[in-house]
Amino acid sequence: MTSYALFLGCTIPARQPNYETSARKALTRLGIGLVDLDNMTCCAPPPLQSIDMETSLAIAAHNICLAEEADLDIVTLCTGCFESLAMANNLLRENPKLKARVNKILSNAGKEFKGTKEVKHYLRVLMDDVGLERLKKNVVKDLNSLKVASFSGCHLLRPSALLKFDDPERPHIFDDLIEALGAKSIWYRNKLKCCGGLLRGYADDVALAIARDKIVNTTKAGADCIVTLCPFCFLTLDLGQMLIKSAYKEEYNIPVIHYSELLSLALGIDPKELALDFHKIRLDKVLSKIM
Amino acid sequence: MKHEKEQKTSATSFSDEIRSQLGGETIALCYQCGTCASSCPVAKTTERYNPRDIIRLSLLGEKQEVLTSGAIWLCSSCYNCQERCPQKVEIADVIYALRNIAIKEGHIPNIYSEFATGLMNEGRIVPISKFVEKKRPEYGLPPLRPAGLDTLKKILAATGFDKIQWKKEGTP
Repeated sequence: MTSYALFLGCTIPARQPNYETSARKALTRLGIGLVDLDNMTCCAPPPLQSIDMETSLAIAAHNICLAEEADLDIVTLCTGCFESLAMANNLLRENPKLKARVNKILSNAGKEFKGTKEVKHYLRVLMDDVGLERLKKNVVKDLNSLKVASFSGCHLLRPSALLKFDDPERPHIFDDLIEALGAKSIWYRNKLKCCGGLLRGYADDVALAIARDKIVNTTKAGADCIVTLCPFCFLTLDLGQMLIKSAYKEEYNIPVIHYSELLSLALGIDPKELALDFHKIRLDKVLSKIM
Repeated sequence: MKHEKEQKTSATSFSDEIRSQLGGETIALCYQCGTCASSCPVAKTTERYNPRDIIRLSLLGEKQEVLTSGAIWLCSSCYNCQERCPQKVEIADVIYALRNIAIKEGHIPNIYSEFATGLMNEGRIVPISKFVEKKRPEYGLPPLRPAGLDTLKKILAATGFDKIQWKKEGTP
């Protein structure tokens, strides 16, 4: 069995047990081992990169050091964590001077970044260790009547030079993984545009206007639900519909579901085991279409 | 002449300061084509943010305006601009470099003080809710592992992060 160090980050354990539960259940069922390591900290995402880039690289590298010591590659659920860790991993591997600079900081904490391990988003793990064909064979529920609007969030794809996940302008991996479950992944306007989530807390009006654009576009395209990979995108679009209702007096009620939840349902995991009551927008419309 | 010379000096010195920051190295390659602004979801939504203007003002040496107008905090870090820039200006990274300079000079939005406090106290920028933590066993989730606060504190001391003055300044 292939095993990974599971990097949970902050937002998932703080607010989204639905994401964590479904991801652990689905990945384990598909034969992926998940190991919880002690002493992982914040991944050092954009808010910390904004404060001090050097500190954020050192914090990201420290987390990777823990995986190196355990001789495990890292799997992330949050695309934000994926970006911070994969960006640091690749930047430091490609830039010896920067690596030496960060290692000088880490030496104060008795650590050394070597660059010997991979940081993978769990979609990459599904592609590499399970594969589309084997995934299809494990699907026991019929999702054929489900039209979904996939939304990967920015940091699965960009900056592509360092993340190397998929083509940033014409990505297909996420949609392939949705269609492997039997659902139809539809096109909608501005599909690859940001959700605005990172502006929450600084400019809530702007963040909400950008989120509304995504909700409007997916609704107009006739999606039954929006499928997300990032806890920030999820919050921005799920909780965001409550905020849109009060700020714009508009009601959309389009369910937002993490890919790992859709995957769990397709694999036949009982919805009652998935903490679905953490969704603000009820999933009834989605569940009724999954036979 | 003296006035022009002074202007040139301030433009060059701010540009040099940005280029010496991690992420700021490519700013001077910009030829103001506007691809960044036309690719930007925030610029489409509000006139308060325009990445091309931020780069131009920075290269002109308008340091105080760039650091205090609030615009630099409106980048959503989506990297669309950076992907599409024909000059390979790492625009989102330049914005990070500008934010790093602003923070060092004490221009710190409240939300960033909160992120820093969360990191220093708990090792996470989003605090764990005790309510959710207590419910973990109900969903069959293992207990949360401790965050490595001791090592983290040593890293924050080594970079000087813990010396930054996290005063409440209000939104700049």
